[in-house]
Amino acid sequence: MRVTLIATLTAAAALLAACETTPPAEQSPAGVEERGAGKPGAARSVEQKPIASVDLTGARKDAASVLKDPNNILSKRSIYYELDKFDVKDEYRGMVEAHAKYLRENPGSKVLIQGNTDERGSREYNVGLGQRRSDGVKKMLILLGAKENQIESVSLGEEKPQAEGQQEEAWSKNRRSDILYAGEY
Amino acid sequence: MLARLTLAMGAALLLALPQAHAQLSIEITGAGAQRIPIAIVPFAGEAALGSAISGIVRADLERSGLFRGLEVPPLIPHPTEASPVNYAEWRSRLADALVIGSVATRPDGRFEVRFRLFDTVKQTALGGIAYTLSREQARATAHRIADFVYEKLTGERGVFSTRIAYVVKRGNRYELQIADADGVGAETALASFEPIISPAWSPDGRRLAYVSFENKKPVVYVHSLADGKRHVAANFKGSNSAPAWSPDGSRLAVSLSREGGSQIFLINPDGSSLRRLTSSTAIDTEPRYSPDGRWIYFTSDRGGSPQVYRMSASGGGEPQRVTFEGSYNVSPRLSPDGKTLAFITRNAGRFQVALLDLANRQVQILTDSDRDESPSFAPNGRMILLATVIGERGVLSAVSSDGRVKQRLSATAGDVREPAWGPFIE
Repeated sequence: MRVTLIATLTAAAALLAACETTPPAEQSPAGVEERGAGKPGAARSVEQKPIASVDLTGARKDAASVLKDPNNILSKRSIYYELDKFDVKDEYRGMVEAHAKYLRENPGSKVLIQGNTDERGSREYNVGLGQRRSDGVKKMLILLGAKENQIESVSLGEEKPQAEGQQEEAWSKNRRSDILYAGEY
Repeated sequence: MLARLTLAMGAALLLALPQAHAQLSIEITGAGAQRIPIAIVPFAGEAALGSAISGIVRADLERSGLFRGLEVPPLIPHPTEASPVNYAEWRSRLADALVIGSVATRPDGRFEVRFRLFDTVKQTALGGIAYTLSREQARATAHRIADFVYEKLTGERGVFSTRIAYVVKRGNRYELQIADADGVGAETALASFEPIISPAWSPDGRRLAYVSFENKKPVVYVHSLADGKRHVAANFKGSNSAPAWSPDGSRLAVSLSREGGSQIFLINPDGSSLRRLTSSTAIDTEPRYSPDGRWIYFTSDRGGSPQVYRMSASGGGEPQRVTFEGSYNVSPRLSPDGKTLAFITRNAGRFQVALLDLANRQVQILTDSDRDESPSFAPNGRMILLATVIGERGVLSAVSSDGRVKQRLSATAGDVREPAWGPFIE
């Protein structure tokens, strides 16, 4: 448990490009233990030893802050596409690699990838096209070491545009895949 | 506005609602070349119903594009269906057909409506019906009368008593609504803050299958209209979409991504007995059964661009390509007689409704709009309801299958989309 935790924190720290406020370590020597108490006849000895406390809730908070820290590449969640294209462009490769690494190092974490299209054409065929986009991201994450059971790829088709409008400016914002971690959707 | 989330909706839907509830207004933008001139005399005593039956019958018939309602001057004495008919007088008014009726209040507070239809050219009575009804059933009764007249004079069944389903988006709110075929009496079957698409009527008209995004992904539901009970029909890992009922109502064809890509599966409406039907590396979606249940037509981009294909509904065999002209042909819908296929074609950047004659392979573009979606045949095959965009707003539009008659149905506010014309009501 502790090894994993340290690995997580190390990984997270490594990924933090310009991390100014590293959250305090989860450890705190605050425990008090009384040994021998209640043993009849025995001399009572009072010893205080530091207790290494493992705080998993704190660890989760750290993970979340890593995912949400605007300075961390893991906070980048959207991959945009050219018209009728479904492959992840080179400019998003580093981002997808970072998410793959995070998933690898946090086997308990899960993501939902939502593929989206612009508004032109059949709504249902667009569900298919959005699925092709999210499936592409999922495949890439798996190739980079994430596990199949950590990832669900779905499509929102043209139903959840980021930008409204009937021009390429809006359409290019709507052709995208979004990565959401469990608890974010 | 109509935040009335339906309890006992099936019953309520058959009842007429006051005009104030109208959500869609209809504008007729084209008519048939030859319209039957018909005189519909205001029914004696119809004021007691609070709703002019004769006016609804006339509006229904005119909306079909096949009839022209004649103005009828006040007649003294006011005729009833039992009065002798002066055929010569009606011929002089250029009426080919004549409807005369009356409304009587019964001792129990209900009403009795009687009418007769006459052919003034042949000088014969074509029959009539008597209905007993409550005040709330006035509109539904008028639609039944219009159906009777339409069938007697055209030889095909009328669809005035049928209902349509569609989705209204207003702000961030989505409502799946059901209205009479004339757009009046809209009721909300489902309201959600997440999108709803692809409503599909069960063949008996009691249930709708649709796709809801309420779980942040597409999931297929089946929704019983009478009691508002809904259950998940397909919620597998990945996307679940594009439901279509088999003609006997026993199976749903859906597009699922559970095994990667988007592929067509069959499933029972209760979510049991899943079976994969297509196995391609392409997008296979928008399945539709042929009316005889033998074929499933669907959209696939297995040839490089989205086109309509068909395959045996029992699976097996290589799917056959159905559309060839153009690089984008989607959303196949079979006509009720199975002889023609409506679909959406992209034509120089415009998305329009096209009709393919399956016998002679002729394709006809039916609309002149730019962003048509989701065509849906009336159960008699005469009209096709579709979604389009006019002035940045989603509206419903209808076009006759010969392209002559056009109507537009627009909501008072919001975008209307995803229309589905319901089946005949027995």
